[in-house]
Amino acid sequence: MKFGRFLTGLGALIVVGVAGVFVYAWRPEIAPIKPPERASFDQALIEHGAKLAAVGNCTACHTNPGGKSFAGGLTIPTPFGTIYSSNITPDAETGIGTWSEAAFQRAMRDGVGRKGEHLYPAFPYDHFTNVSDDDNRALYAFLMTRQPVKATPPPNELPFPLNVRLVLAGWKMLFFRDGAYQADAGQNEEWNRGAYLVNGLGHCGACHTPRNSLGAEKVSLHLAGGEAEGWSAFALNGSSPAPVVWDKDSLYTYLRQGWHPDHGVANGPMGEVTGNLGLLPDSDIRAMSTYIASIMGEPSAERRAKSDKLLEEIKSGPITSAISNDPSSGGKGAAIYKAACAACHENGRPQPFGGLDLRLSSTVHAPDAQNAINMVLYGLPAANGRTSAIMPGFADVLTNDQLNDLLGHLRQHFTDQPAWTDVVQRAADTRNGKYHVSVRPSDGIERGPSNIGAEDQ
Amino acid sequence: MKLNVNGSTHEVDADPATPLLYVLRNDLELNAAKFGCGLGQCGACTVMVDGKAIFSCLTPILLLEGREIKTVEGLGTIDSPGPMQQAFIEEQAAQCGYCIPGMMMRAQALLQSKPDASDAEIQVTLEPNLCRCGTHLRILKAVKRARELMKTAAMTPASGERKV
Ligand code: FES
Ligand code: FES
Repeated sequence: MKFGRFLTGLGALIVVGVAGVFVYAWRPEIAPIKPPERASFDQALIEHGAKLAAVGNCTACHTNPGGKSFAGGLTIPTPFGTIYSSNITPDAETGIGTWSEAAFQRAMRDGVGRKGEHLYPAFPYDHFTNVSDDDNRALYAFLMTRQPVKATPPPNELPFPLNVRLVLAGWKMLFFRDGAYQADAGQNEEWNRGAYLVNGLGHCGACHTPRNSLGAEKVSLHLAGGEAEGWSAFALNGSSPAPVVWDKDSLYTYLRQGWHPDHGVANGPMGEVTGNLGLLPDSDIRAMSTYIASIMGEPSAERRAKSDKLLEEIKSGPITSAISNDPSSGGKGAAIYKAACAACHENGRPQPFGGLDLRLSSTVHAPDAQNAINMVLYGLPAANGRTSAIMPGFADVLTNDQLNDLLGHLRQHFTDQPAWTDVVQRAADTRNGKYHVSVRPSDGIERGPSNIGAEDQ
Repeated sequence: MKLNVNGSTHEVDADPATPLLYVLRNDLELNAAKFGCGLGQCGACTVMVDGKAIFSCLTPILLLEGREIKTVEGLGTIDSPGPMQQAFIEEQAAQCGYCIPGMMMRAQALLQSKPDASDAEIQVTLEPNLCRCGTHLRILKAVKRARELMKTAAMTPASGERKV
């Protein structure tokens, strides 16, 4: 009997528990509206929204290469399964045309769709929750005045129970704190503006912060280096692999123009980011640089001295002279470098159109070989219709063993870092698509190379 | 070292670091591939290695031991042009002609691996190859014609073109 009562009690508890979870997780639908007329938005607000959308890099995920802007459908591989980005054009049926501003504000702040469904954190609401009501209003005005496109993305491919959106309430409980950005009174206005942009709409941490096994950013390792579309997103804190120390000014220059003489050209998804930042006023870029420089902190005296010495050495030209007796690959890597790379990387042509002196390369100094592999295999495709930095890819020339010889030489000759040991395997996985890498030109706006022609109207 | 070019093996006496382009032109006297920039930026030097289009100006021969190199000379002869060459002749797709061998080889590599490549694919694939004369429209037309000719050629094994 006693046992029966226990069971009944347990049953009741489960019912209450499930009901509790449900009540906790449930969000109401927000009533649909008729898609608003363009005239209902102030033109200045729309223009402001365009800049903010660029900071948020909305187009990167919400546009399929070669497709219509913001119409969604981009494949986003995650460790848990495949997600397809949603259509955020104002189409009433398939986009967000029936979303009121309140629904849009809630999606940004809480990661909840108009119908009350929890959104997958591939949409970085852990950052977007910081965005102010005013900025969300401008973003809304911008998105609701884009060309409506009828397009439904393929259904997500996620295993049970991840395909049940209610489960996301649990994820949010563990990892998500909502609320607009609160200024740090101990810091000045510029720093706060930078923090707002970097941690909010800019969602830099989405790539530059490592994630835990449930896909949430590790808060304690804020901007300590992460992963983005098959590229290492280098650490933006004290552990940055850059041979020359970054400072506020060099960060500003890099973010403003997409390259810096001491660091090279933004590549991979970062090319797109710096391309987008082109729409921001100088003051905002300065603010971001100020904030990131403060995250990097003051380098140690030793690091600073090493960096200064390197810059001095660079001035006196390349260091090829000794390469023929490099023992790392029986001289093979050195020979490949000399024959295939040095013509650009040592011809003295300045950045961004000349090849970077690899003593300056973060990629060659990085903890893992992934970016170096990506660069050598795929290069830096030319931008569409404008001058841009470019590097030819060597995927069809080099075997994985030859690539290994080459990278062995680069590591040995240009850095004081240990050899990478997994180049052959990594290169194989990169080539066969097991490890998916997206390749973009240096201006990043075009989603090349296969994405040439993303329509931006 | 030994290089396999257009189906025959050549003993080459050159520094292993020499770019393939120089060996082709200077040692083997195969002058189809051209020098444009020497930096992998123009495509004039494009040839095929193991069926893929590569910039021969940036490819040291030390990487090519045991691999199959193919140049325009390997696509056919003056008397018996291969389908790609035939298509360029029929479309008269050349002004100065400097870029054409590179264009042909990149197009050949594409159509060999993808006989039904779409017009858009052809255009995107040829992007690394520059043409200063503005012959692009004719070049594209020629490659589209080659796409058809190659299919016909594949069906008639008696043609002059060696099977790849
Ligand atoms: S000569 Fe080789 S790409 Fe220009
Ligand atoms: S025909 Fe003259 S460069 Fe193309």
